[in-house]
Amino acid sequence: MMGPVDSNMNFQEVALRLREQRQQVLASNIANADTPGYKARDFNFNQALAAALGQTGGNAMNMAQTASGHMQGINDTSTGVALQYRNPQQNTVNGNTVDLDTERNQFTDNALSYEASLTMVTMHFKKMLAAIQG
Amino acid sequence: MSLFSIFNVAGSGMSAQSQRLNVVASNLANADSATSSTGQVYRAKQVVFSAVPVSGTDATGVQVEQVVEDKSPPRLKYDPQNPLADGKGYVDMPNVNVVEEMVNMISASRSYQTNVDMMNAAKTMLQKTLTLGQ
Repeated sequence: MMGPVDSNMNFQEVALRLREQRQQVLASNIANADTPGYKARDFNFNQALAAALGQTGGNAMNMAQTASGHMQGINDTSTGVALQYRNPQQNTVNGNTVDLDTERNQFTDNALSYEASLTMVTMHFKKMLAAIQG
Repeated sequence: MSLFSIFNVAGSGMSAQSQRLNVVASNLANADSATSSTGQVYRAKQVVFSAVPVSGTDATGVQVEQVVEDKSPPRLKYDPQNPLADGKGYVDMPNVNVVEEMVNMISASRSYQTNVDMMNAAKTMLQKTLTLGQ
């Protein structure tokens, strides 16, 4: 019924969820900054957002079927995003790949982006309220 | 909510780092303890961190897996007056490397602070989320 309003909210909801998840991954990296052998992980937010939106929108991440005998394939992005290992900038003796400066930068950046998304949602509410009340 | 697991992750980091600080304190306090309750010379202790996955999430906390004793030989000190001296007048002194322990102390306290900052960031994000739409 409320098409454009709903789709905008859906976008922000997906973005917030991914920001939250990324925050958690970055928190794990920082907490394990001194753990021997720990490998820092992260995911590409833009790609994850595009994938998540494509999934909720319908068919974007499905396998291409170019012949009638092709199987559909399972679109298994519902379990979450694929985490990737970060390329270490410099090697350490104990095999840990956490660069605290990078992680802190990303952590702050991600927190700010999360708050920006929240502000967008709030503004959206206010806009709708103004339209209703006139 | 992924943000709540950040509290777990940062909390595990804080308790692990404070345990490391505890061990450093013990080493520094006993840097000159030539004997102990076991009758043996004090040996420097070190913590070993390991990463533990937080169940149901992508997050990884940290824990102190074990506390190991430094196997390096005790420092020999020439002190014939000491009742603990051997036949040649040498006393076994602890193998605590004070410079190393100071570095360890600074590293532990910085990591602890980082974890506290992380928890504060997550708290701010949650509070902003609670006031969403107001």
